[in-house]
Amino acid sequence: MKSSLRSEAGHEERMLRLIELAGKTVIRFSEELGRILLLLFAAVKQLFRPPFEAKNTFKQMLEIGIRSLPVVLITALFTGMVFALQTFTGFKRFGAESLVGTVVALSMTRELGPVLTGLIVAGRAGAAIAAELGTMRVTEQIDALETLATNPVKYLVVPRFIAGVFMLPALAVIAAITGIIGGYIVTVGLFETSSIAYWKRTWDYLEVSDILNGLIKSGFFGASISLISCYKGFYTRGGAEGVGKATTGAVVLSSMTILISDYFLSVWLFK
Amino acid sequence: MIEIVDLHKSFGKKQVLTGVNLTVEKGESMVVIGGSGSGKSVLVKHIIGILAPDSGTIRIDGIDITTLHENALYEIRKKFGMLFQMAALFDSMTVWENVGFSLLRSKKMTPKEVRAIASEKLRLVGLVGVEEVMPSDLSGGMRKRVGLARAIAHEPEILLYDEPTTGLDPIMADAINDLIIEMKQRLKVTSIAITHDMNSAYKIADRIAMLYEGKIVETGTPEEIKNTQNALVRQFVTGSAVGPITIEGVQYEKSFNRA
Repeated sequence: MKSSLRSEAGHEERMLRLIELAGKTVIRFSEELGRILLLLFAAVKQLFRPPFEAKNTFKQMLEIGIRSLPVVLITALFTGMVFALQTFTGFKRFGAESLVGTVVALSMTRELGPVLTGLIVAGRAGAAIAAELGTMRVTEQIDALETLATNPVKYLVVPRFIAGVFMLPALAVIAAITGIIGGYIVTVGLFETSSIAYWKRTWDYLEVSDILNGLIKSGFFGASISLISCYKGFYTRGGAEGVGKATTGAVVLSSMTILISDYFLSVWLFK
Repeated sequence: MIEIVDLHKSFGKKQVLTGVNLTVEKGESMVVIGGSGSGKSVLVKHIIGILAPDSGTIRIDGIDITTLHENALYEIRKKFGMLFQMAALFDSMTVWENVGFSLLRSKKMTPKEVRAIASEKLRLVGLVGVEEVMPSDLSGGMRKRVGLARAIAHEPEILLYDEPTTGLDPIMADAINDLIIEMKQRLKVTSIAITHDMNSAYKIADRIAMLYEGKIVETGTPEEIKNTQNALVRQFVTGSAVGPITIEGVQYEKSFNRA
């Protein structure tokens, strides 16, 4: 009798703790989301207010866009190649290997171009942004900007935001083209099918909307990466350890946001 | 003139400032002393408007900055220059770009003119030929000097010093003290320094105020502070572990030793 009472009390306590934990997680998540949105509003407000940070924005475009290019090229090329390899051997089982060009083109423009570049930029530029802004925060450089009559959101966040929004689509297009070339190399070079057929299959079924929707997706990914990484860096606390946590947090949250929002964007754009 | 009236600030449940009252006259050098974590940095960040108070007012030459709109606040900040504890130099820029940062951004001068002014300000703090050096290649004392040159580049009326001598050797610390006095005499600035270095406080202050548990508990000239009857202040300025101020986390050990 006693022991059953005790176990019941223990059970109740465990349930309470579980509910408490769930509640805390929800609160923390909403808090974080709210603060990210506040940063977005602050950035948008500063976006249209002169003076414009042309030099800074250009520097960030170089950092986020051009410096990510080698990794994007290599990743896209090999993804296109392996994709062609797998679909060719797979589709051969039911005699549809002529469709390889179409499959590679559609998946690279609609899906892999935006998502792969998104994940690469999140790992490369997202981490760099969070680490840089985080270090600036813990060494009081962000406070110093304020004392020098410079709005840190305008000076630091806006250029990175613009760079993210414009460079990601550019990278995604390059990735898609590179992937299609990778597919061509394998299908035509390795499996010795007709070069004309590959290109014909690629262009015949590719629609403008595929490319356009891919651009919209990658623009959204670019905005998310910049905003999340800036947010993580901007609100860093606790010295070197804090900077490390902010960097990891930026990469994890950006990547999750890309993968999850990719589904919902696809539902909305391609339904 | 700077007038702080009944300033309150909490972070979460932690009350940091619990009704600070302090007036600093034009041209005066005020030093705020207080232990680590007494809220000195928080106070100074309120004066320059980086932090907003929960309640209370801060008037700079009669203007209440706690109610100011963002743009007006950035405008009023041009009256200020601040030297940060670790100098807070922008490590992606050279020394002269750091010093000339606000001038370069205001775009009223060519980079060449800004550079000339930066060199002049650097000379004023005793640095020559470091214009092209990156901040990471400077020693702690030199970084503080560059930080000071940056703080005075736009010719502010008020200078704020956050622990100006912390982390420096005694000779370098004294050199910085001399610089602070020189800034006051040559530039006729109002200055507020926060520190727990009493040598520095006695040397640079016209008046000293002590912050304890979120309030100013005593204000006076260095001489008055030296001879104070206030037990809290006495304990702090003489640097004794025994007295009304208790050190957080050490209580248990003491009572244990006594038993």
